[in-house]
Amino acid sequence: MTGLPPGAPGATASQMPADPDVGADVLLQVDNLVKYFPIKSGGIMSRHVGDVKAVDGVSLSLRRGQTLGLVGETGCGKSTLARCIAGLLPITSGKVTFEDKDITNLSRRAMQPFRREIQMIFQDPYGSLNPRLRVGSIIGEPFIIHRTATGSERKRAVQELMQRVGLNPEHYNRFPAEFSGGQRQRIGVARALALRPKLIICDEPVSALDVSIQAQILNLLADLQDDFGLTYLFIAHDLEVVRHVSNEVMVMYLGKAAELGPKDDVYERSHHPYTRALLSAAPAADPESAAARQRIILSGEVPSPINPPAGCRFHPRCPRAQDICGQEIPPLEVKAGDPPAHLTACHFPVPAGEDLVGAVRAQGRRPR
Amino acid sequence: MSITEVEFQAAAAESAPEQAIEGRSQWQLTWRRLRHDKMAIASVITIVVIAGLAILAPAFAALTGHAAVQQYPNTGLSPAGLPVAPGKSGFLLGTDELGRDVFVRILYGARISLFVGLSTTLMATVAGVALGLISGYFGGWVDGVLARCIDAVLAFPFVVLALALAARFGPSLPIVIGVITFFSWAGVSRIVRGQTLSLKEKEYIEAARSLGAGPWRIMFVHIMPNLLGPVLVLATLLIPNAIVFEATLSYLGLGIQPPTASWGNILAGAQSYYQVAWWYLVFPAAALLITTLAFNLLGDGVRDALDPRTERIFAGQRRKKRRGKAASAAAAAGTAEG
Repeated sequence: MTGLPPGAPGATASQMPADPDVGADVLLQVDNLVKYFPIKSGGIMSRHVGDVKAVDGVSLSLRRGQTLGLVGETGCGKSTLARCIAGLLPITSGKVTFEDKDITNLSRRAMQPFRREIQMIFQDPYGSLNPRLRVGSIIGEPFIIHRTATGSERKRAVQELMQRVGLNPEHYNRFPAEFSGGQRQRIGVARALALRPKLIICDEPVSALDVSIQAQILNLLADLQDDFGLTYLFIAHDLEVVRHVSNEVMVMYLGKAAELGPKDDVYERSHHPYTRALLSAAPAADPESAAARQRIILSGEVPSPINPPAGCRFHPRCPRAQDICGQEIPPLEVKAGDPPAHLTACHFPVPAGEDLVGAVRAQGRRPR
Repeated sequence: MSITEVEFQAAAAESAPEQAIEGRSQWQLTWRRLRHDKMAIASVITIVVIAGLAILAPAFAALTGHAAVQQYPNTGLSPAGLPVAPGKSGFLLGTDELGRDVFVRILYGARISLFVGLSTTLMATVAGVALGLISGYFGGWVDGVLARCIDAVLAFPFVVLALALAARFGPSLPIVIGVITFFSWAGVSRIVRGQTLSLKEKEYIEAARSLGAGPWRIMFVHIMPNLLGPVLVLATLLIPNAIVFEATLSYLGLGIQPPTASWGNILAGAQSYYQVAWWYLVFPAAALLITTLAFNLLGDGVRDALDPRTERIFAGQRRKKRRGKAASAAAAAGTAEG
């Protein structure tokens, strides 16, 4: 890629490093994506005084028709990663490949064809719809921007979309304020669907909704995936939601991937202590099982992404941490006995079937 | 669950009546609230009357039989050479020191005032909105340059500039309009810039960007409609400012030049004669006062109508008063029974 500006037509698959994961069915490939937000001192002569390391070297690949769930607590870089992939934020370093084409930091004009392929559904059903536009204009906007349908044709297309996502097409002329949260999110889904994208990035699409409405939206997304062969990058902090919708799951902590693998592997046989802690913290619907299980309560706070800990980013809070954890960054790799798709970034992975709490007790350290 | 709901919604759609359901826009709601504001409606009526008088000034002048710049030394001046009082010799509001009809001159002055007020406000608002949007949305050095320009304009002494321009080019209507516009856009721009800075962080702007909308589309389709409310209020309040501004310039001799009538230069002429002809001062001053007051009250009404919270505050006060009365009445009844 030397000498080629990012996004130049020549920068295609032939120049990509050979990667066994890159196959015909890989829709989206992200290599070592880094996003730093510079911190500048105030004043006229602003100096660069540091970076918020929001995403620090994340790689993932997403196959056509699959759903990758992205979980992690607030501030771990999930949404930043999504916006980098969607081309809404410039990337500090790394590479995003969509259908074997490099789309890293394309200009707005060069990105335009890919906007039709990659769409986003946003978290806030109130904030993501312009309050001054009628629903017809909101859902019709992609057609206007990409000049794919005009006049009565556009109106018909919009009303078909409204019907498809379960909205009354008669409400074409209403304003967003006249809809409930769930209906508004359906408007957002219809807008994302308008250009028939291949990839939809769902940035916490249900976390602002009631639980009963969540189920409706999730079912709608699942139906649409079947009908249109959509691929989802699904971000959430609700572990049960992610488990319900995903084929694969990636757990992020402080800008890095902690664990990545097929859904059941990550949920049933996770190795990373952070994944274990996260899973144990999820509320359970069944009170008996909730009473039976042990919660792992981590000590301390999430460190600042401006100055993240050296080595493994989780080590200051990790009950299994040893000296090496503060020095060497653990690689994201396959641990013994795992399928090749299950990757863990930990020096001392919790063996499958073993309890993190038990293991910690055996070591004589008590998790707080 | 979703399937049944979709079916239900689809069924509802089929059975829905034929007519499309039109949502109420912000503007419709604003108008509904404005309609119930008596002060604002009185202002609107006043403004319409003044505008009608101004537009039909030639017709009214023909009715009186007097022209605006014509001097009537025989009928318009007393034998002593003093102005004629209102109602005498067919002069509705009296005459000035040259025997001109004050009523007709006020009507023609209204044309100048309203034209200057509306045209400068329109230009200043368009320029202010465009520059404010660009400044706020693009940020960076564009914002730096524009923000300093705004500060410079707001800090500039307007009389000095008007004097300089009048001295260089001679006082005229275009100069007046240019000067007033130059001093009016900055206030609009600053408000619009601030609003744009907060609006551009909204999620729907990000959604528009993810659809591929360009900066101009985002600025004018997504951000501008959301700040038209404050801009409308500001523009309504700019009109009286511009009218007073024009009167000031004309009064100082930097604006409209006699014999063309302007409220400002009528007042300038009146200051030497008001002791013998009060009507010469009072009527043009009243015209200026009523017009600016009407626009200001309308601006306040529009602001209240756009912001439902203010209405609720007033409604709450009214309710409280009523409740207070009811309570005291009940207490009185209670003591009477006791």
